[in-house]
Amino acid sequence: MNRRIVVLTAVAIAGAALTGPARAQVEIQWWHSMTAVNNEWVNDLAKDFNASQKDYKIVPTYKGQYFESMPAAIAAFRAGQAPHILQVFEVGTATMMASKGATVPVGQIMKDAGFKFDPAAYIPAVAGYYTAPNGQMLSLPFNSSTTVFYINKDAFKAAGIDASKPPATWPEVALAAAKLKASGHKCPLTIAWQGWTQLESFSTWHNVELATKGNGLKGLDARLVANSPLHVRHIENLANMAKQGLFVYKGRANIPEASFVSGECAMITTSSGFYGNVKKNAKFDFALATLPYYPDVPGAPQNTVIGGASLWVLAGKKPAEYKGVAAFFNFLSSPEVQSASHKRTGYLPVTTASFVLTEKSGFYKENPGTDVAVNQMVRKVTDKSRGIRLGNYVQIRTLEDEELENVWGGKKTAQEALDSIVKRGNELLERFEKASKGG
Amino acid sequence: MAAEKRVTFRSPWLPWALLAPQLVVIALFFFWPAGQALVQSLQQSDAFGTSVQWVGLENFRNLWNDETYLASFATTAVFSVLVASLGLSLSLLLAVFADRVVKVSGLYRTLLVWPYAVAPAVAGVLWLFMFAPSVGIVSYLLREWGFEWNHLLNGNHAMALIVMAAVWKQIAYNFLFFLAGLQSIPKSLIEAAAIDGATPWRRFWTIQFPLLSPTTFFLLVINVIYVFLDTFAIVDAATSGGPGKETAILVYKLYYDAFKAMDLGASAAQSVVLMFIVVIFTVIQFRFVEKKVNY
Repeated sequence: MNRRIVVLTAVAIAGAALTGPARAQVEIQWWHSMTAVNNEWVNDLAKDFNASQKDYKIVPTYKGQYFESMPAAIAAFRAGQAPHILQVFEVGTATMMASKGATVPVGQIMKDAGFKFDPAAYIPAVAGYYTAPNGQMLSLPFNSSTTVFYINKDAFKAAGIDASKPPATWPEVALAAAKLKASGHKCPLTIAWQGWTQLESFSTWHNVELATKGNGLKGLDARLVANSPLHVRHIENLANMAKQGLFVYKGRANIPEASFVSGECAMITTSSGFYGNVKKNAKFDFALATLPYYPDVPGAPQNTVIGGASLWVLAGKKPAEYKGVAAFFNFLSSPEVQSASHKRTGYLPVTTASFVLTEKSGFYKENPGTDVAVNQMVRKVTDKSRGIRLGNYVQIRTLEDEELENVWGGKKTAQEALDSIVKRGNELLERFEKASKGG
Repeated sequence: MAAEKRVTFRSPWLPWALLAPQLVVIALFFFWPAGQALVQSLQQSDAFGTSVQWVGLENFRNLWNDETYLASFATTAVFSVLVASLGLSLSLLLAVFADRVVKVSGLYRTLLVWPYAVAPAVAGVLWLFMFAPSVGIVSYLLREWGFEWNHLLNGNHAMALIVMAAVWKQIAYNFLFFLAGLQSIPKSLIEAAAIDGATPWRRFWTIQFPLLSPTTFFLLVINVIYVFLDTFAIVDAATSGGPGKETAILVYKLYYDAFKAMDLGASAAQSVVLMFIVVIFTVIQFRFVEKKVNY
């Protein structure tokens, strides 16, 4: 009996000794929304960081899609159970920025932990988007994407069109679509993320404002101006193409992407993050190209708008934990890690150094088209093209969907629908401004 | 002379103690959240709740000024009338047939009850698959017959799609109750009518249907509540309220504003409105429709 107690005590002591150092390790919770190949990528980042040092342990957890993980984190925050790091999509950026007591700026975190952190190292369109009007970077750019144009080269060849030069302008797109249709193609062109690609990115690409106040970057009193003659002209053009069967509407968000991969639709505008999917699943030859534009618009093409997500640090944690967050962010910011991530996922290289590194490695030569998105973004941005950051953006995206559907279905003219987007959107913006000012 | 039994308790606390579990459940799962909704409907806050301000009735004013919200009342009316009437009549029809089936009736009934186990979101996705414009099997067949199905842009098609999914989902539940109701009607009544020469049609309308009225009434109340409060997942999965706002019923907008847009004030105001509508409907049903019910 006595001996057993001794043995048990010894085991307990040994156990305590073994878990001792592990307990000293600070755990950092990271909630994200990456699935499939990108989920593996996130897990590998955490694994590499954890192996590189002993003080901190990053624990990545998948918390559902973007629009699910954000409410989950907000509910957790209200209950005092928030994660340290939260991945938030660009549409949620204004909401995060307006919730002042809930987040800690990344610049602050890095400074407190004694790491060098230079926002100027980031691609201007990326850094500008996540920086507050006072110049402080609020969240860490993580997976950034933009809008690009994909064509099915086999379908082009079958229709007798030169597939080596994808249409660069909207008139050329219409011409190619007409030829595809004449050759019997049922769906020459489709559009994914219609609000993002045809209104938001369309605006920055043509250097016109979608909303005042630098598209919302300069203040909460921004209002939509998406019913300008150029916007109306473009949506009217698309409506006409829809009527002639040149553009076929396939649904909201990224749902239309499936119709491109299957070969049903020959051209699509969507996210640069779609590249991995096409490369893996399409059974035809394809090409990436820049987003089409109108050649007669002065200043076009400018640059396309940023999408994707960034990492936010939530408030109310211990200083030691914030040090760990800073160390992890420092690890993520190295050009080597960023370049590897860019090659692996197709997301943009978010710093200039990582872009240069990727170029030197010869990656873009071996994988033609992968630099299209980068070239669209690595440009000097204007006040009209830096990015679009609006309050209640989730609802604004939805009402863009609703009103554009009314145009494609022939229920409203382009002018009526865009006027309605402006009117309904501005009500949401006013309400957001009011809610954020209070308290 | 109705033999109503009244139990009198000698101790004053015992009845309360016996009621307590039920009261606690109701308070926790109904009164507390309902009270929270009422409070939140008078507030506006940012998503994290770090700044909260009292705005009085502004959330409600915003709703009345929102044309799309008012339009969704009409959408909800169309949707609920279609779902409740189709759901009740189809399941009654199926129950009457099932009641007459002699062979393998167990199998037949099990199959009819199955859909009830399917989650609303899954039901939505299931029907969406069958009717997907380019790959759906049903839309393919329709195209073969020269009917261009496109619920992505045609509001009537979209409405038809969510009505089908919602009805299909609820038929099992209605069927179960109708079948039980039919089987509790004494066979002697029907046999007596048959001997008197009443046709099956006549027997149904003069004997079975009136005797079923308590069941029908109960199901009407349940179905209306189902349509108003429980169908957002079907809409979310099948149409997301589109095209435009043609299938955005009240409860879908509420779900969307709360869980996707995180506008708690606006959605709380909507839930208060919806709560009142359902309460009013239920009161009307108990006041007026119940009078026509023979127990």
